[in-house]
Amino acid sequence: MVQTPEELLQILGPEGGLEGELPELDDEALRDLFVHMMRVRCVDQRMLKLQRAGRVGFVGTARGLEGAMIGSAAVLRPTDWLWSGLREGGAAVMRGLPLAEYVAQMYCNSNDTAKGRQMCNHFQHQGTNYPSWSSVIGTQVVHGVGAAYASKQRGEEAVHAVYFGDGATSSNGFHSGLNFAAVWDAPVVFVCVDNGWAISVPSSAQTAAESYAAKARAYGIPGVAVDGNDVLACYQAAQDAVERVRAGEGPSLIVLHTYRMLGHSSSDDPSKYRDDEEVAEWERLDPIDRYEAFLISKGVLNEGERETIEADLYTEIDAVIHEQEAADPMPLATLVEDVYESVPRHLKEQYNAFLSVAKRYGEAERGEGEFPL
Amino acid sequence: MANLTLLQAVNDGLKIAMREDPSVLVFGEDVGPKGGVFLATEGLTAEFGEERCFDTPLSEDGIIGAAIGMAMNGLRPVAEIQFQDFIFPAFDQIVSEAAKLRYRSGGQYTAPMVIRTPYGGGIRGGLYHSQSGEAYFCHTPGLKVVIPSTPHDAKGLLIASIQDPDPVLFLEPKALYRSVKGEVPEGSYSVELSTMRTAREGDDVTVFCYGAMVPVCEQAAESAAASGISVEVIDLRTLYPLDEEGVLAAARKTGRVVNVHEAPRFCGYGAELSAIIAEHAIEHMEAPIMRVTGFDTPFPNTLEHNYLPDHRRVLDAIERVHAF
Repeated sequence: MVQTPEELLQILGPEGGLEGELPELDDEALRDLFVHMMRVRCVDQRMLKLQRAGRVGFVGTARGLEGAMIGSAAVLRPTDWLWSGLREGGAAVMRGLPLAEYVAQMYCNSNDTAKGRQMCNHFQHQGTNYPSWSSVIGTQVVHGVGAAYASKQRGEEAVHAVYFGDGATSSNGFHSGLNFAAVWDAPVVFVCVDNGWAISVPSSAQTAAESYAAKARAYGIPGVAVDGNDVLACYQAAQDAVERVRAGEGPSLIVLHTYRMLGHSSSDDPSKYRDDEEVAEWERLDPIDRYEAFLISKGVLNEGERETIEADLYTEIDAVIHEQEAADPMPLATLVEDVYESVPRHLKEQYNAFLSVAKRYGEAERGEGEFPL
Repeated sequence: MANLTLLQAVNDGLKIAMREDPSVLVFGEDVGPKGGVFLATEGLTAEFGEERCFDTPLSEDGIIGAAIGMAMNGLRPVAEIQFQDFIFPAFDQIVSEAAKLRYRSGGQYTAPMVIRTPYGGGIRGGLYHSQSGEAYFCHTPGLKVVIPSTPHDAKGLLIASIQDPDPVLFLEPKALYRSVKGEVPEGSYSVELSTMRTAREGDDVTVFCYGAMVPVCEQAAESAAASGISVEVIDLRTLYPLDEEGVLAAARKTGRVVNVHEAPRFCGYGAELSAIIAEHAIEHMEAPIMRVTGFDTPFPNTLEHNYLPDHRRVLDAIERVHAF
């Protein structure tokens, strides 16, 4: 477990015993959190399998981070915004991103709402305020702050939860974002998921500050350190931060200390830069095992029920995958659409020139036509 | 009609846009009670309050990043970067985020916003208050790049840019802020983006220019007329997306072209104009397509008036393509 100079907010002990105060959640809500965490893990497993089979190109898994993302995002209302990093797609599914859209995006097929423009694992869902996110990550810390300013100016209650990792705390956007949010008193909760690694650089090498949470003090906002493998602690920390915002007490930073169990992505080999022993130590702190033990002790979950839940989830996920295996080809005109609201003449000309070559080689036989000029 | 400087026309355009649309807001460094270092935003905080015209912390990355978020959530931000030279910390936000958002989200999220910034030399500002960085941004699909040269166009193009559904970089020629005056209609009007203006009609040579180079080229055309060369001066007004058809028609009209800008030459905007004309209208060309530009050096200070193209250097190029 991570050692921080601040007291680490913890509700469940490493074995799942209740050590703090239980958040205000009834049994059904407690069980739902577990199912959401399990869905994240099952989706990850399936995506990795598809990646190894060459069906999808890239997976950024959340194994080990299920408690951090589900616990913290569960406090958000549908009208709140979730600004995502690489691994928060599962939280978006919990909030209403349809699994079919998630899988379509992994396939980058023509059902993808982003029209296959982003590489895999870059989800979005307008209906639940889950904006398209940039691989640059740090840049959008400030976007969340600007959007929060807009919400506040209109007198809306929306809270903007801005997620990023330990690596992004070194970026310009982290500095500008926290500074602007504090100066503007913007309705933002910054959620730093310290998962131990920025690709191959350990979070200990990312900063000489005494802690990640301590960085908040420099901006005049509170920073809270949380056991990120304790779903209930993540829930409580986010709940407190969101309530602060809704009470008009301003933005804050919560740091969820957890561990990225797998590589940075399906393209990464973590054995080159970290010891198996360290990974094994974190395996013992697995957020799902720990929460399962708590739920069983509380009588919310039965022994063996996890297997049933898992089987049901795989049935649900596999049906969606099956459905997404077949999609119409991507219309070629999407090459030049959505650069501007309407396609400018020079892009129509570039596309028409391309199409004449494609047609010559029989690659545009789906009734695709030139733009009239 | 009022007789306004280009700076007053910008100020008028901002006020009109803010009165017309409550979602328009203006922010940046020193734009609030002070009204900006050039006074382009004078009176806005007084009229619209601190929620709609305000000072930000000193962070260009933060200013543009926040503007993107505001635009994604229903506002129409007009962000000021105090000098174009200071825009580079925000380059990532402009190029990676604002310009790509509509495309990468399949049209679900957009960033309708304007970045206003004074650009160009002529005020003894040295390396960091004088640059013309338009070419960096014209290489960025998803962005629009606009440069006015008259008070009338400054107001009309600014209003059109604020109403535009896509992000616009609005470069203001600071050398012309107070040195040109002109008739500006009262109230709201817009000048359509991606349209050029024929600043002077002529038959022998076509000069393409924009911003602070427009009066320089007009003066060169006047001198050329004295020696019997009729010069057409085209003020491009929107550099990107460019009215390519208009450029080609004006180039074909005379068959002799000079491209003028104060930015460095290599990979500068004139190179793109030359390439477009060469690609589509080479058979109409009677002479090599020439460029008159700043030097491929950092921007100087003491010798800035030697660095900047003046009417004599433009005239020299006009005479050379005419005599070819």
